[in-house]
Amino acid sequence: MATYYSEEHEWITVEGDVATLGITQHAADQLGEVVFVEQREAGEEFEKGGEIGVIESVKAASEIYAPLDGEVVEVNDALADNPGALNESPEGDAWIYKIKISDASQLDDLMDLDGYKALIG
Amino acid sequence: MTDAPKRTPLYDLHVELGGKMVDFAGWEMPVQYPMGIMGEHKQCREKAALFDVSHMGQVILRGENVGEKLETLCPQAYAGLKEGKARYGFFTNEDGGIMDDLIVSNAGDHYFVVVNAALRHQDIPHMQANLDGVEVTEIFDRALVAVQGPKAEEVVGALCPAARELKFMETTVADIGGAECRISRLGYTGEDGYEISIPEADAIRISKLFLAHDDCEPAGLGARDSLRLEAGLCLYGNDIDQSTSPVEASLGWAMQKRRKEEGGFPGAARIQKELAEGPSKKLVGIKPAGRAPARQGVEIQSEGGDTLGAITSGSFGPTVGGPVAMGYVAADHAAPGTKVNLLIRGKAQPAEVVALPFVTQNYKR
Repeated sequence: MATYYSEEHEWITVEGDVATLGITQHAADQLGEVVFVEQREAGEEFEKGGEIGVIESVKAASEIYAPLDGEVVEVNDALADNPGALNESPEGDAWIYKIKISDASQLDDLMDLDGYKALIG
Repeated sequence: MTDAPKRTPLYDLHVELGGKMVDFAGWEMPVQYPMGIMGEHKQCREKAALFDVSHMGQVILRGENVGEKLETLCPQAYAGLKEGKARYGFFTNEDGGIMDDLIVSNAGDHYFVVVNAALRHQDIPHMQANLDGVEVTEIFDRALVAVQGPKAEEVVGALCPAARELKFMETTVADIGGAECRISRLGYTGEDGYEISIPEADAIRISKLFLAHDDCEPAGLGARDSLRLEAGLCLYGNDIDQSTSPVEASLGWAMQKRRKEEGGFPGAARIQKELAEGPSKKLVGIKPAGRAPARQGVEIQSEGGDTLGAITSGSFGPTVGGPVAMGYVAADHAAPGTKVNLLIRGKAQPAEVVALPFVTQNYKR
């Protein structure tokens, strides 16, 4: 199991064929209180850099961008009723998708925790 | 607007309190404090919140018959405004659009006017050019602090008994903590409360006296926006602008009967025509059926798919517990209960036209 981070402030934890994707605590803190999450449906494919959802705080809407190519295999439905969980545990219970990664070599473009910490200062 | 953002007399207090500072209309202002927008919003609805609104323009008008002269620029009855009373109004342009909204108070030997931060540079020359024989002086050495919420009377009254005696839209001068302040019982949150003009040197000290009350916490621009939206109050630049008339903006209540009948203000021809025949579009409350907030610019469609207008303000309403919005729709779709669709990120989301405000206004009449 390894966790990777994107410049768009997402994390991906890879376990075998499946990876879990969410936003970082830093991103959640920047967004402020989350009031709505728009998610894709299981089975939808996406490409690196494509928009794969929207997180709305009281203030504004922010897109979630795919850090690599893949397919949604499971959606965290709990966020629909409790979007505020994204502020409480964005790197835990409030994951956004389980995904199937199309091209594992794209993981090489992502950062490890130390790299991400350096990014956010 | 390439200059560095300006700081209000309360800037150091915002930083001390952990305010998240943003550039707003050329001013470095707190959008929120560590409590967060939702908490600050609820604090104001349930207890009391303190807002820095010093970025707004405070102006003194001195001269003969200032009220009558203001009537040449505004469709409000300012000639008959009694001493110690304040009245909401707006400058109209020759096309009947709104140049800015403002509060005018009759302070006895002068008139006290508060205008929007971003429009100080328009409004002051406008008054100087058009109010013959009136001395127009912008105040730069006073802060403006709003204390709003059902506990505002307790918070302010504890330091200033005269504040308790004021009713909604009344104003007076009184001592607070040794400083001479102008206290007006009004605000823009839909709650009871005060706006207090304080000498800049005393602003932080007096704000801290208010904040020392158990029921008073600081709140930022984020909560101020969601509070005024739930209260159905227009934000200049979003909901009203140079092109929208007060009739379209559902601000008929803010124009007094005599002025509506007599005219004699810029754009009277259009405004009187719209009052008589009805406007072609109207600002209404919009309640999305789902949880997705509808932001400014979102297209409003009829159930049949025709474009009706657009959202002008939209957010999550913490007191409502869901998304709330305002926008313009064609007049034949403006009745409360009308079903509409909102085109959010390309998808039609159901919503309904509703009567404003979303939250009952709680003023001390």
